[in-house]
Amino acid sequence: MLKVRDLGVSRGGITILEGINLTLASGAALVLTGPNGIGKTTLLRTIAGLQLAASGTALLPPEGLAYAGHADGLKATLTVAENLTFWARVFGQDGIGAALTAMDLDALADRPAQNLSAGQKRRLGLARLLVTGRRLWLLDEPTVSLDAASVRLFAEAVRSHLAAGGAALMASHIDLGLGGAATTLDLAPYRSRLPEPGQGGGFDEAFA
Amino acid sequence: MIALLLRDLRLATRAGGGFGLSLAFFLIVTVLVPFGVGPEGGTLALIAPGVLWVGALLACLLSLDRIFALDREDGSLDLLATAPLPLEGLAAIKALAHWLTTGLPLTLAAPVLAVLLNLPSEGFGPLTLSLLIGTPALSFIGAFGAALTVGLKRGGLLLSLLVLPLYIPTLIFGAETARRGAEGLATETPLLLLAGITLGAVAILPFAAAAAIRVNLR
Repeated sequence: MLKVRDLGVSRGGITILEGINLTLASGAALVLTGPNGIGKTTLLRTIAGLQLAASGTALLPPEGLAYAGHADGLKATLTVAENLTFWARVFGQDGIGAALTAMDLDALADRPAQNLSAGQKRRLGLARLLVTGRRLWLLDEPTVSLDAASVRLFAEAVRSHLAAGGAALMASHIDLGLGGAATTLDLAPYRSRLPEPGQGGGFDEAFA
Repeated sequence: MIALLLRDLRLATRAGGGFGLSLAFFLIVTVLVPFGVGPEGGTLALIAPGVLWVGALLACLLSLDRIFALDREDGSLDLLATAPLPLEGLAAIKALAHWLTTGLPLTLAAPVLAVLLNLPSEGFGPLTLSLLIGTPALSFIGAFGAALTVGLKRGGLLLSLLVLPLYIPTLIFGAETARRGAEGLATETPLLLLAGITLGAVAILPFAAAAAIRVNLR
C-alpha cells in the first residue's frame, strides 16, 4: 500500500534522515520510534506530501491517505458533530455515527469543541480518521493527552482498521498492544551525518 | 468544496467569527468623516464616493489575515492540504467565503451609509454596482496576500503592506465609477476596467495563492 524508496527528508534546509526504505502492506502497522528531534514528524509530513523529499520517493495508494498531525484541526465554535461532519464531507463520506461511537463521543456530539478537554479534543481528532474512508493512516503521536481507557479505544479502532484491510504508519512512544500486526522501525540508524557549516538555508531554498 | 464554503460561512457568523467587524469599521468611518470634515453638504457630496470606497477597502483589509491564519493555527490547513481537495479550489472557496462575509455586506450597506455623506441620489446605483463588481477583486487579492503570509506569526502588518499596492487599481477605478455616477457622467469605461481587474484576479490568484500555501506549509 505504501512504498518508500531511499527517502531523505530535510527540515530547515538540512537533511536529517536519509536512505529510508519501507513498505507497508494492507493489514499492517508500522510504528516509528526514535529520540525527540530525529525527524519522525518530518518523515510523516514528507510522506503525506506536505513537504518535498530531499531524495527518493514515496509511493502512495491512488486514493490518498488520512493524516493526523499534532494539531487536531478543530474549530472551537463548531460542535463535535459539526466538526466531524465537515471532515466527512470533505472526504466525500457521510455518516459520522460509527466514528462518534468508536471514540466514545456520542454524549458530547452537541458540545462546542472549545468546551472539550484536551483528551476529548484528541479523541475527536482521531474520530476524524474514521470518517475519511482512507485505507492508509499517517499518525503523528496519536495518543498524546489520551488517558488509558481512551488509548484502549484508539487501539481498538486501529485494530479494526487493520482488520478491514487498512494500514497505519505512526510515530508513537507507547505500545498500543497491536500484537503481531505492528512492527517497529527505529529511525536512529537513518540519521544523516551532520552537515558542513553553511550548508542549506540558501535564498532559493523556498523555491526549490 | 460546498462543505468548506458552508463551514467558513458558519464560522464567520458564530461568536468571534469577525462577520460584523468589517461592517462595524465601515460604519465607523462613514459616521466619523462628516464630523471631521464638517457638515457642509457640498464638500461631503464631493468626497463621498472616495470616502466610501476607501472605507470599504480598509474594512476589507481588516479581516484578511483570518482567511488562512486561523486554519493554519489549529492544523486544519495541513489536513485540508492532504484532503482530496485541490489547494487552488481551497483558495478560491476561501476567497469567495471572505467576499460573502465582507464584500457583499459592505456593498449592501454602502447605499445606506452614503446618505450620511450626502451622496447625490443619482450616484447610489453606480456606487453599489462598482462595489458589487470591485469587492470580489479585493477578496481574491487579499486571499493571495494572506496565503503569502500564512506561515508568519502576526503577519498582519506585512500582509497589509503587501496587499495595499495591489488594491490601488481597484480603488482608482471603483471610486472613479462612483464619482462619475454621482456627477451624472457615463460610467461604462471605469466599470469595464474594474470588471477586468476582478475577472483577472478571480482567474489567476487562486493558483498563485495555492502555490504560496504549498511553500508555506513546508
